[in-house]
Amino acid sequence: MSQLNRRTVLAGIGAGAAAMAVAPQLALADKAAADDMISKLINGAKPQDGKVRIKLPQIAENGNTVPFTVTVDSPMTEASYVKAIHVVADGNPAPGVASFYFTPTGKAEVSMRMRLGKTQDVRAVALMSDGSAWQVSQEIKVTIGGCGG
Amino acid sequence: MPTPRVKMPATAAKGEIFEVKTTIDHDMESGQRKDKDGKPIPRKIINKFTVTYNGKQVFWSEWASAVSANPYCSFFLTATESGTVEMQWHDDDGQVYATSQKITVA
Repeated sequence: MSQLNRRTVLAGIGAGAAAMAVAPQLALADKAAADDMISKLINGAKPQDGKVRIKLPQIAENGNTVPFTVTVDSPMTEASYVKAIHVVADGNPAPGVASFYFTPTGKAEVSMRMRLGKTQDVRAVALMSDGSAWQVSQEIKVTIGGCGG
Repeated sequence: MPTPRVKMPATAAKGEIFEVKTTIDHDMESGQRKDKDGKPIPRKIINKFTVTYNGKQVFWSEWASAVSANPYCSFFLTATESGTVEMQWHDDDGQVYATSQKITVA
């Protein structure tokens, strides 16, 4: 690291700033946009914390394939079941990852692999058959982003 | 033509909950990438995945660009009766890729 002098550091910062300036279309989704999207998907219900669990690696070395499993506490009967699970990553260029729709069968659990552009919070929101909504949010560190360049 | 692969039991007891694991080979081109001349590569993903059990829709999913290439999706069903579980993957270009598996419920 003794090679790292003031000139190379400044050149590096300059290059980074220039790269950001020419890539405005890669503006990242923000939390407000994600909140708005979720609110529409769950018919305006206010999600409460609980009932939903998400299994994610703590660190994703490769943001191209990040496995996750979402589980919701529900008997999955006609009287009470999970209608939908929405997975949102608000640090990606677009917040939506996937929406899963259920009927009263099996159990409320789904697994998939997603792309994550950077370190961020991943949220899972469940809409129940009684209209209530539940959520969980978990931070995941991403070493190499998976949204392409 | 993408090839779907599905893993689920061929037999189950009545009322048993079983897992269905699915995958299909597909680039899931996100629309975020550029080619070597700097031109954006247009989006081409599977945007919808649907599952029926003896013709009744039991599970479905909508996918965005953030779903990884060669999408994997696993979920659970209850074995109610012998029959067929059919899966369909819907591509942005309108193509539909389908496969089905038989299950015998004793």
